Order: sequence, then C-alpha cells, then structure tokens
Amino acid sequence: MTYIRPKFRHPQLPKNNLGYTLAYYEGALSTLCAGCGHDSISAGVVQACYDLNIEPHKLAKLSGIGCSSKTPAYFLSNSHGFNSVHGRMPSVATGANLANRDLIYFGVSGDGDTASIGMGQFVHAVRRNLNMVYIVMNNGCYGLTKGQDSATADYGSKNKSGNVNLFESIDLASLAIELGATFVAQSFSGDKAQMVPLMKAAISHPGFAFINIISPCVTFNNNMGSTKSYDFVREHVEATSTIDFVPTMKEISVDYKEGTVKQVKMHDGSVISLQKLSDAWDPLDRQSAMNAIINAKAKQEILTGLLYLNPDSQDLHSLLQTSDKPLNEMGEKELCPGNDALTEINAGLR
Amino acid sequence: MLSSPKVNDFVVRFANVNGTGSASANFLFTKAIFRMGIPVTPKNIFPSNIQGLPTWYEVRVSEKGYLGRREGIDLMVAVNPQSMLKDVADVRPGGYFLYDSSKKLHSEYIREDINYIGIPLMHMCNEAYSDARQRQLFKNIIYVGALAALLDIEFKELEGLLAEQFKGKEKLIPMNVQALQLGVDYVHKNFKYPLDIRLERRDLLGDKILMEGNAACGLGAVYAGATVAAWYPITPSTSVVEAFMDYSEEFRFDKINGKKNVAIVQAEDELAAIGMVIGASWNGARSFTSTSGPGVSLMNEFLGLAYFAEIPVVLIDVQRTGPSTGMPTRTQQSDVMEAAYASHGDTKQVLLFPSTPKECFDMTADAFDLAEQLQTPVIMLTDLDLGMNDHVSEPLVWDDKRKYKRGKVLTAEQLDKIEKFGRYLDVDGDGITYRTYPGTHPVKGSFFTRGTSRDEYAGYTEDGGAYKRNVDRLTKKWETSKTYVPAPQIYNKENKSENGFLFFGTSQYSSEEAMDLMKEDGLIFDAIRIKSFPFTKEVEDFINSHKRIFVIEQNRDAQMKSLLMIELQADPNKLFSVLNYDGMPITADHIINQVSKVLSPELKQV
Ligand SMILES: Cc1ncc(C[n+]2csc(CCOP(=O)(O)OP(=O)(O)O)c2C)c(N)n1
Ligand code: SF4
Ligand SMILES: [Mg+2]
Repeated sequence: MTYIRPKFRHPQLPKNNLGYTLAYYEGALSTLCAGCGHDSISAGVVQACYDLNIEPHKLAKLSGIGCSSKTPAYFLSNSHGFNSVHGRMPSVATGANLANRDLIYFGVSGDGDTASIGMGQFVHAVRRNLNMVYIVMNNGCYGLTKGQDSATADYGSKNKSGNVNLFESIDLASLAIELGATFVAQSFSGDKAQMVPLMKAAISHPGFAFINIISPCVTFNNNMGSTKSYDFVREHVEATSTIDFVPTMKEISVDYKEGTVKQVKMHDGSVISLQKLSDAWDPLDRQSAMNAIINAKAKQEILTGLLYLNPDSQDLHSLLQTSDKPLNEMGEKELCPGNDALTEINAGLR
Repeated sequence: MLSSPKVNDFVVRFANVNGTGSASANFLFTKAIFRMGIPVTPKNIFPSNIQGLPTWYEVRVSEKGYLGRREGIDLMVAVNPQSMLKDVADVRPGGYFLYDSSKKLHSEYIREDINYIGIPLMHMCNEAYSDARQRQLFKNIIYVGALAALLDIEFKELEGLLAEQFKGKEKLIPMNVQALQLGVDYVHKNFKYPLDIRLERRDLLGDKILMEGNAACGLGAVYAGATVAAWYPITPSTSVVEAFMDYSEEFRFDKINGKKNVAIVQAEDELAAIGMVIGASWNGARSFTSTSGPGVSLMNEFLGLAYFAEIPVVLIDVQRTGPSTGMPTRTQQSDVMEAAYASHGDTKQVLLFPSTPKECFDMTADAFDLAEQLQTPVIMLTDLDLGMNDHVSEPLVWDDKRKYKRGKVLTAEQLDKIEKFGRYLDVDGDGITYRTYPGTHPVKGSFFTRGTSRDEYAGYTEDGGAYKRNVDRLTKKWETSKTYVPAPQIYNKENKSENGFLFFGTSQYSSEEAMDLMKEDGLIFDAIRIKSFPFTKEVEDFINSHKRIFVIEQNRDAQMKSLLMIELQADPNKLFSVLNYDGMPITADHIINQVSKVLSPELKQV
C-alpha cells in the first residue's frame, strides 16, 4: 500500500469552480507497491481533473490488465470504470465512445498491455483518432506477472535477475506519430509539474491523445543497468519545453520570454503555451517531432513534453458523421422504421 | 425417357463460372417461378474465390412445399467447361443436360441414359452482340429464355422482373428481353417443348416473400434499435452487416443535418469487434457483431468477460464448415458446443436457432431484448444455408406498439430513492441485478466493471465466499433465462408415436419433408424444433415422453445431442443421431436412410 489516507478533511480545503475539493477526485486506496510510479500518475489524474473542473460522472475510465490497469480504481470514484481484458481496452473504449460522444474517455494501459498483447488494438484506435486520452504507464516490464521484460524495454537494458534485453524496444511515441496520432506527449511519473498540464491538454484534445509516461517499477525494474529505473530516467530525461495549459475560462497570461513561447489554440478555445527549449523542433510538424525523438534516442535521452499536436484533429464521430445526440439516448422513435416501411420491404421481396 | 411427367417437382442445377454475371440471370429464373406461385428454393454452391472457379446454383421446385435440398439433378444447365465432366455425371438417369453446342460435345461427355439439349449460346451471342462483356452477360439471359420455353415459365413474369431490375436504366430492358426471346425461339425451332418436367402456375405462396437470412438479420438489427455495429469481414456473415449498412443508409440517415443515427466500424479483427460491442452495450447503446466460427473462436475471452461482468452482447454467428478454415463457403451447424460454453471457466451462453428469414428478423430483434434483460451475451446461430440463400418465408411484421425491453437500468431519479446501489445485488431474487449507464448520476450509481471477482457492490474481492455467491447467482439467472427464451415448436399437440424427431435451424426443412414422406409409408413421428438454449421444460418433457429421439443435426460430432445429455441428463441410449456434415444442406433422403437403419430391424419383426 502506498499510503494511508487520513480520514479527516480540513473544512477550509480549497475547492474548484464546481465546489469540489481535490479529495472528491480520489478513488479507492491503492494496492500497488510503495513507491510505484503508477501511483504518482494517478495523483496527476486527480489533480488534472480537479483543475479542469470535470464532473467525475461525465468521465469514463477504462483499462486493460496489469498493475497500471488497476489504477483507475484509485482515482475518480464517482466515475464509471471498466477494467477490461489484457490488451483490449482500446476496443471497449471505442464502443463506449461511439455509444455516447458526450463523456470523456480516459484510458490507462501498461507497456505490456499496449506494446505486446494489445498492439493491434492500440494502433487501430490511433488510426481512427478515437476521442480519448490514452496513457501508457511505461515501466519496461510486466509488473503484475513479476517483472518479465516488456517490448518497451530498451536494447541492452538489464532486468532485476541480471538478464540483458536482446531485442530492440518499441518506441510508442514515435509509433503513434507515425500512425497519425493527433496528440502525442511523453512524461515521467516523477515530474508532476509537467505531467499535469499535459493531461489537461490531452483531455481537451478532440481526438486520440496519447501520453507515454515513464513510470518505474520499484519492485522489478528499478535496479542498476535498467533504463527505466528512477535514477536512470532522472539522469537522462530531456524536456522539449515547459508547458502550460490554459483552459478557456481563464485569461491568458503567460510570463515566458518573448519569442520563445509557442501558443497553440485548442478547438474549445483553450490554449497550450509551450516554452520551447530547442529551436530544432516544431510541435506542429510531424517530421520534426519524429526527428527530435530519433535524435534524442541516439543520445540516450528521454525526450519529454508535448511532442506533436495536430490542432485540426477530426475525431471518429466527425469522420463517421454520427449524430450530435448521443446514440445511447435514442429510442424507438428515432431508431425503428415501423411496420409501414416493413410492408414496403416485403413487397419488394415478392 | 422419363416415366411420368412431373409438374412443379424437379431440381435444376446451373453450372457456372464464378464472376461471369450468372448470378442475376439465375435469380431471374428463381424469382419467375416464385411469381408463378410455386414453392422454390435456390442454393448457391460457390467456391472461396472471386473469379474463375466453378460455382453452382441449384433450384428445387416443389409443389408440396418441400424447401430443403434434394439429391438428383433433373436438368443441368452446363455452361462451365471446367466442371462439365462432373456435371454430366451428376444428372440423374433420364434427366436433361443443357449445354453450349457452339462446339461439338466431346465423346467423354456422352451418357446413354440422359437427354442432351444443345444450344449454340456462344454463336448466338457472337452473332447478336459485338461487345465482349455483352456476349458474356447475354449468354446467361439466353439460357434463361430457353428454360422458359422448355419448362413453361411465363414469359410475362420474366419481362416484369427485368423491368423492375432495370428501373431507371430502361434502355437496357429491350436488350434483355430480346436475349430471352432468342433463347425461346431457339427452343421453339429445334426441340419438343415443354419437357416432361415443367411448371404450372399455382397460388401456393400467398403473401410469402423470398429473402436471404442475413438480410433479415441486418434488418432485424435496424428495427431493434441497434446503433453500434462492429465487425470483421468473414464469409458467410459479411452480408449481415452489409444489409445493416444498407438499411441504415435508408432509415438512419437524417436528411436534414446529414448525420447518422448509427455508427458502424469495420474492426481490425473479431476481438476488437466484440470488444466494441461490449463497450457500447456497457454504455447503454444497443450493439451487435456478426461473424462465423473462426471469429467466435477469437471472441472467446471477451465472451467470458461479458458473461461474468454481465454486459449485454448480441452476436450473430453464421456458421460455416469447420474446423479451422474448413470449407469456408459450405454450410454446417457445428458451432453449437463452442457457442454454448464459449470462454474459459464456468460459462454458459444463451443461444437462439432461427430457421427462416422471418425468424432471423424476429430473433435478431428479440436477441437485443434478451441480452439487455438478462445482461448477458446472446448468440444467434444461423448458418450459411439460411444466411446466403434466398428462402421462401412468411412476410416480416413489426408491432408498432412494441417497446424495446432495456432491462433493469436505473435512472438518476431511481438512484436517488435507494440507500445504496449494489451493481451485483440480487434485489428481486431472480438473479438479475440492476445496472447503471455511465454519466447517470453525480454521486450515485458509479461502479467498476471488471472480469475479476467482486462482491455485491462491485468491489474487488478474492474472498471465496463472495465469489461463490456471485457465480451461484449467475446460475440462478441462468434458470430465470429459461422463462425468457423462445419455447420450442412442438409439432403434435398430443404424442402420436414413441419416436420423435428433434432438430433445429435449417435442418427443419428436410426433417419436415422426411416426416411427411415416411408418413406416406405409415411411419408417424412426433417432432420438436429447438429454438433456444438453455433448454426449456418442453424439451425435457419431449425427450422423456418418447422411446427414441432422432437428433438431426449438421455436424460430425452430434453436438446438440451432447448438449442434451449434458444439460438434461438425457439418456444417450435413446438418442439416435442423424448427422450430415459434407458441407451441403441435409436432405430428406439422407434422414430417411439413417432413421430407417435404426428402425428397420424392429419393423421386420412386426
Ligand atoms: C490473456 C492474458 N494473458 C496473460 C495475462 C497475464 N498478465 C496480467 S498483467 C500482464 C502484464 C502486464 O504488464 P503491463 O501492461 O506492462 O502492466 P504493469 O503491470 O507493468 O503495469 C500479464 C502478462 C492476462 N491477464 N491475460
Ligand atoms: S510490481 Fe511494479 S508496477 Fe506493479 S505495483 Fe509493484 S512497483 Fe508498481
Ligand atoms: Mg509494465
């Protein structure tokens, strides 16, 4: 258990615009190992939803199977949750989203859940630009089945039993960009300041918003020689920019130096402000984002921040031209053609 | 050479090359007979190939209304040189062989005991048409014209059908009629007509329709209010979703805002297809997928999740010949076992067995009610024969007063009235608990759906007692479901025999015919047609009240028989299997043969 949550709440705790405290966005007590990166990400989700004034019941949280996929139980207890089967969360999220376009779909997965058993579903959800947030809690191993290498383990990385990984790793962020993802970000579970605005921007993005978060497994992959350990990641993390997410209702007041700030307006009027740390990269340009990732990788750096954004994203509903009214709100009147139409059909079959 | 003339009782088989436009000409032939009020059943026998391989179309005409397949070809229309040797051999002695006599028939195709009708189709086309594609297409129409003369098809019916077919492209009508006429004239000039197998107008069909089962399933889903469909292409199920798409285009398209009251996704595989259905159903939309055996195999893990987490799913399995890829374009009823217990652990799935297009329509619509009322997958087991062939069927009817039965779903107002919501709490004692859709209420009714064990309040638990309470409740729900599923069809109100037939799905046609024919020999049978699983009390009573039960099914391993033994403890010594599994629809002759083998030793003693 990561922490024991005190029962007593101070009456003066700050509240968001809906009048909810941060605690309102929490979930059940975590049963993950103390120090697991995944718990920090859950805390980030709580913060992001609080900041964005989200009604928890208007958000559905979905996951596959793994330690990471357990986390939806640990945030937003007033949201419906769906812990599906291993690697298949994207399809369940697709169906759920098609049924009701008005909810926020928040998906959580692991590197095993996404990059191995669920690779097929992941890439197709990306292709369809399903309107959802998709977070991979990436620890380079299968935590829940006791630490086997995953497909995101870096070539040459050493696991706890001392075995060196012989295979090339799958880079989920560049893969997502390659497949046409419209929002791709990378972060580190230990960097809440960066992670939270990225999550907020992802939630506001009308399309597939992918965040690959390096999230060390303290129990099975935090050893010397592992490239997903806290120490290694801290030493090699390279931020592309500092990021600020400004929701619509707030006035934009960013205090970055003139000329270094890139402001990207989202569909709903909110704004992402990026203070670029390097000129060699433009987050609105796919090619340049890909290059930045490849260059960083060659230098053994882990690039974090918002890597790529397509502000003209068109999600699956707009592509399929489904009605604005959620499909799950329709009844006989809208859906059933009635017996007269059937009589005509019968006539055509004689 | 034929002994007595046969009116409205024969089988014609067309031997064509796949992809040459023969399908619409052959359908013209069938439909004209249908319009003459005569019962008719066509069967496609096609290869798993797009162009170039042999394909057959077999039409049975039966005044008595026998709509199953019958062995023995009375007239072969052989326009495929590739399969000619087999086609000659398949004609029954005394039957007819119509061929293209543009080239002389090689001696190996000559049989003394059949009649040859040579029509120089190629020459006639070359003479009449200059365009290569037209020559190809009109060859088919010419032989239909010839058949009209040989079999007494009413010419005006053919003309009428062409006029309907080319509505909006009227220019094409005279050309087609002319091709028909070429065929008619050739026969009039060169042969004695009509043959001793021929047609006579009747009024035996009333308001019946001619429809493919798959189209009826797709239409049923539209009427049932399905809004999310996810699928992965596979023969013979593809046309279910295609029909759903076509009918949705007509009925679910808002012409004012250009938007659709439906979302159809071609998934990356069957796993994703059923995952999408589960997600959509969980979120309160009516959703379905359709597939065939290989797809059901892939869907197994998800079917277990839906069973255990209690999420409605409508799955239409259009069965084909297995195992594995088997014979992908042939029929079978061989997914019964796999569907009944789909997924690992203790699972049981609700099954429906339609046998006519009308039932495909009705049962698809009912499947949505059942799945939502029982909060579980409902698998409809149809098959290639029913799905991809036209069948004479009762017309489709919809009761406009009918309301969708959405099952036990709590609204925000209802949630406000209850103390504590328990997703898996059996409030009513029928094993069916209440669910909520996401987004219903700010603080009440949210729960965590999972495939792991949970308590009555959907909380994760590894407590054996709570697990057992939950699965025992699922057993109770299974018992309850027996009062929801459609009851079997019992043929005789009172038992008339110690022998009973038991069948389901498309085995109905030939089973009924076999009973009818055996009755002429003084052999009476009772019969039951199973429409659903779990089996209801009627099935048990039927088995118990007969000495012998002939379980007629189209698979090798007697799957339905096994299911009866497992679920009803039916005595295997009284269950006699009548099996057919060569990929072709079962015939009455086949049933009679196998039944007689069981009964004849006893009959001799009498
Ligand atoms: C079909 C199937 N195969 C295997 C498993 C066993 N399993 C559970 S979790 C898991 C790996 C999870 O790894 P990851 O997604 O990286 O999550 P983590 O625990 O590392 O957060 C596996 C293989 C399963 N649940 N289902
Ligand atoms: S095993 Fe690893 S991933 Fe799983 S909870 Fe423990 S630290 Fe986290
Ligand atoms: Mg992992």
